[in-house]
Amino acid sequence: MHRATTGRTLGLAVGLATALAGTGAQAQTAEVLHYWTSGGEARAVAALQEEFEAAGGTWVDAPVAGGGGDAQATVLRSRVLAGDPPTAVQIKGPNIHDWAAEGVLANLDAVAAEAGWDDILPPLLRDIVTYDDQYVAVPVNIHRVNWLWINPEVLAEVGAEVPTTWDEFNATADALLEAGITPLAHGGQPWQDATVFETVVLGLGGPDFYRQALVELDADALTSDTMIAVFDQMRRITGYVDPNFPGRDWNLATGMVMNGEAAMQIMGDWAKGEFAASELTPDEDYLCVPTPGTSGFVLNSDSFAFFEVEGDDRVAGQDLLAGLILGESFQETFNLFKGSIPARTDLDRSAFDACAVRSMEDLDSAVAEGSLVPSMAHEIAIGRAPRGAFLDVVTQHFNSDMSSQEAVELLLEEVELAM
Amino acid sequence: MPADAVASARAADTGDAGAGDAGARGWLQRHLSKLVVAPSFAAALIFFYGFILWTVIISLTGSRMLPSYEIVGFENYVNIWRLSRWETAVENLFLFGVLFMGLSMALGCLLAVLLDQRIRAEGALRTIYLYPMAISYIVTGTAWKWLLDPGIGLEKAMHDLGWTGFAFNWINDPDMAIYTIVLAAVWQASGFVMAMVLAALRGVDDEIIKAAWLDGASLANIYRRIIIPTIRPVFLSAFVILMHLAIKTFDLVMALTAAGPGTATSVPATFMYDMAFQRDRLDFAATSAVMMLATVAAIIVPYLYSEIRSGKRG
Amino acid sequence: MANLPAQAAADTLGARLGRVALYAALGLFALFYLMPMLVMIATSLKDVEEIRSGSLLAWPQSVSLDAWRYAWSEACIGVECTGLAPYFRNSVLMAVPAVLLSSLFGALNGYALTKWRFRGANVVFGMLLFGSFIPFQVVLLPMSQTLGFLGLASSVPGLVLVHTVYGIAFTTLFFRNYYVTLPDDLVKAATIDGAGFFTIFWRIILPLSPSIIVVTVIWQFTQIWNDFLFGASFTSGGAQPVTVALNNLVNTTTGVKLYNVDMAAAIIAALPTLLVYIVAGRYFVRGLTAGSVKG
Repeated sequence: MHRATTGRTLGLAVGLATALAGTGAQAQTAEVLHYWTSGGEARAVAALQEEFEAAGGTWVDAPVAGGGGDAQATVLRSRVLAGDPPTAVQIKGPNIHDWAAEGVLANLDAVAAEAGWDDILPPLLRDIVTYDDQYVAVPVNIHRVNWLWINPEVLAEVGAEVPTTWDEFNATADALLEAGITPLAHGGQPWQDATVFETVVLGLGGPDFYRQALVELDADALTSDTMIAVFDQMRRITGYVDPNFPGRDWNLATGMVMNGEAAMQIMGDWAKGEFAASELTPDEDYLCVPTPGTSGFVLNSDSFAFFEVEGDDRVAGQDLLAGLILGESFQETFNLFKGSIPARTDLDRSAFDACAVRSMEDLDSAVAEGSLVPSMAHEIAIGRAPRGAFLDVVTQHFNSDMSSQEAVELLLEEVELAM
Repeated sequence: MPADAVASARAADTGDAGAGDAGARGWLQRHLSKLVVAPSFAAALIFFYGFILWTVIISLTGSRMLPSYEIVGFENYVNIWRLSRWETAVENLFLFGVLFMGLSMALGCLLAVLLDQRIRAEGALRTIYLYPMAISYIVTGTAWKWLLDPGIGLEKAMHDLGWTGFAFNWINDPDMAIYTIVLAAVWQASGFVMAMVLAALRGVDDEIIKAAWLDGASLANIYRRIIIPTIRPVFLSAFVILMHLAIKTFDLVMALTAAGPGTATSVPATFMYDMAFQRDRLDFAATSAVMMLATVAAIIVPYLYSEIRSGKRG
Repeated sequence: MANLPAQAAADTLGARLGRVALYAALGLFALFYLMPMLVMIATSLKDVEEIRSGSLLAWPQSVSLDAWRYAWSEACIGVECTGLAPYFRNSVLMAVPAVLLSSLFGALNGYALTKWRFRGANVVFGMLLFGSFIPFQVVLLPMSQTLGFLGLASSVPGLVLVHTVYGIAFTTLFFRNYYVTLPDDLVKAATIDGAGFFTIFWRIILPLSPSIIVVTVIWQFTQIWNDFLFGASFTSGGAQPVTVALNNLVNTTTGVKLYNVDMAAAIIAALPTLLVYIVAGRYFVRGLTAGSVKG
């Protein structure tokens, strides 16, 4: 009796669902937690929303502004602990594996198999978005962190060439200082300090040293003479920023390069979105070159992790969204807005500007010559705890008169504590 | 019979006139007081003390991103002191706490005394001094951040007016930034102290002061001997409220300096928040929380004790 | 005797100088307290060009309410460009019930703990009061788990619960300290007349309580309306209160920072509590005078 009733209810439900699906009315809902709220980023995510809604989905936007996702991490933890995870969350790097290890991420293998993700993603990215050989996240893009953005007019004022080594950079910066121009536009937030720091590590130490120090956290590398030289260079850089740098947002620093208040900025290629929003042309109004001392590639990649959710409409929304994110049209529109390059390697390059094409070419050559490294500052190389230790030490050094020797000792201590 | 006697004695004890009532209604009347308080008490047991216990347990574990319940002992309490940022945070809390409470008290008292001199437009002035208390720390932080930013705020305004030597860049100076937080916090809370002290001053009996005045007592003496002792309890209350606000400085620090430049304006609240939500170190977060709580308890429990004793007298 | 008039004159002169100094001091302090708000208002009325070129302290040359309109109904908070309006509504829906509930519990607790004292009442009071000194960061994680368990995660009712619970500590303190000063004979006389617990509360105690109710409601409203931490941690997207939306708005930058919009938004977020203080501030101070917050 009991069983019969249950069976009938179930049958009815299935019938109803089938009927709804048949008329194309199967609801697809996705609540998307992200921290893309500034200019180019907001436009990029709006593009995703448009595509999702055009495909019949209902998009619930859950933006949490503030500092490279720090604020969002708060909300995410609360939501997951409360048993109410959002459909898709913008998280990245080892953090994806942390969440997957907690068993709260959904399996996207079905979508992945259908779209052939294995064939279109670079191996390095696949490692990031899979856990136990199952897809749990979708990469959106590839950012290069080690870009130097230059206002060519300002550089021409002191007759300087584009610097290709840190020594040349220092010479150029000294000349700019002499001319009363701020050499480096910089925002004094810990992650921005760390962004500069990792480009210096790559430039002075090379890719192998970078990996030993910032990926493997090798104690000898962290306390080596090379690391001391890195902090020495950081100390020089503190002299090249304007006095009002503390707390400044990165896009305001980009603005300083655009309007000629400063000559250069070290920032990932999301800065290009700001140039684009002001309708400036690369190689004419501004230059994008690799940071001094390397042709290597510091990789940062945004991705969406998909949480285990309940409800047919939300699961359907997840599948739809996951498919769209790696779809050709979204990969192109999104990355044009965001300034990054597509996560899939098989796209036509003609729509992309000079900086993006350079990024794609450099990525290929970096993979070939082994100079592709994951970003520490942007949570790709190491987990959030050791990354936090780096940020603490780098930003303390940058904002005080700490010696390089002290910085190196403190770094070792804090990194060990964070393990 | 003895049982009855005890019951009626107890009823008399509570002064409950309904004691004569038989059965449920009488019982209800006698215990209503407890029943009314019970929900709040239950909430306190769960939401205050249950959560504190949870935090204490987590502080003894190796929890990282999500809570784990494997006890590792007290090592977090040792290791946390090896973090340079925790040291900065503790130093800042004491510096901030002392300066914030001291200055708010001093300024609040000064304003109250000044306002107590039969001032015209007292109502308007009082509102002006008090209104910052109405504003959220997020708004306060946003406004002051802007005023204190040398590139756009006061310093630029002074330069525009021709006073180019004017420099006020505390907010960008790691050694001075903590004082900008004190400044904004005092701006916010001193008016509230003023209101409380003023209220207390108005409660002092004018006749006694007049009598002392006629006896030739000096103004200073009148304040020291008569007024201050009378309004002393208000100082205690103000102190408690200021302390409550000092602990909540989190919002203000986040909006004003985001704990920077570097980590110069970290306080234990921002440290804890960072560890819990940005570093995936729940163990350190809980450890810092327990230490904050212990510090607060050390100061507050004696106050609570005196509060309760005064209740007995009242 | 002869020099008495002269002394009186000196007194008057001295007194007069004293008064001038007094008003000067009061005026300077008023400037200190007003300056941030004046600058915010002035800036919110300027256009972006005037902010960049003009002085911070200058009054706007042409007053424009565009920034206010933009902040209220058009500004982008994240991807949704709805302005602050929907979040403002959330704050009202959160603050009003939470203030009423926490004040009601506080009044009942204060009454029960002073006029119907039971064994352990003081311990209960002490334990409740300690709650106002818990750093709220401590409770974030267990609270979010609890809210999830109750099915209130990421919702306005969830915030009402949180604010009510953590408000009880202060409301109980306020009412309890006020009711301690009311003579116990009031209650005794009524009980002899046969009045019960709630009758006495309703008929005798509440009519004596307007001043403390004003103090409590103002305090609670300010605390709850201005909360950021709970709002940021326990809600996302459409359920966020206005303080969180303000923070998102201020941090949503598109190249050029729209300071006038930021400032207008900040004032909008602060407006309800400001109004309460300006309109009811007098009663607030009067309530404090009535012995409500005594040691």
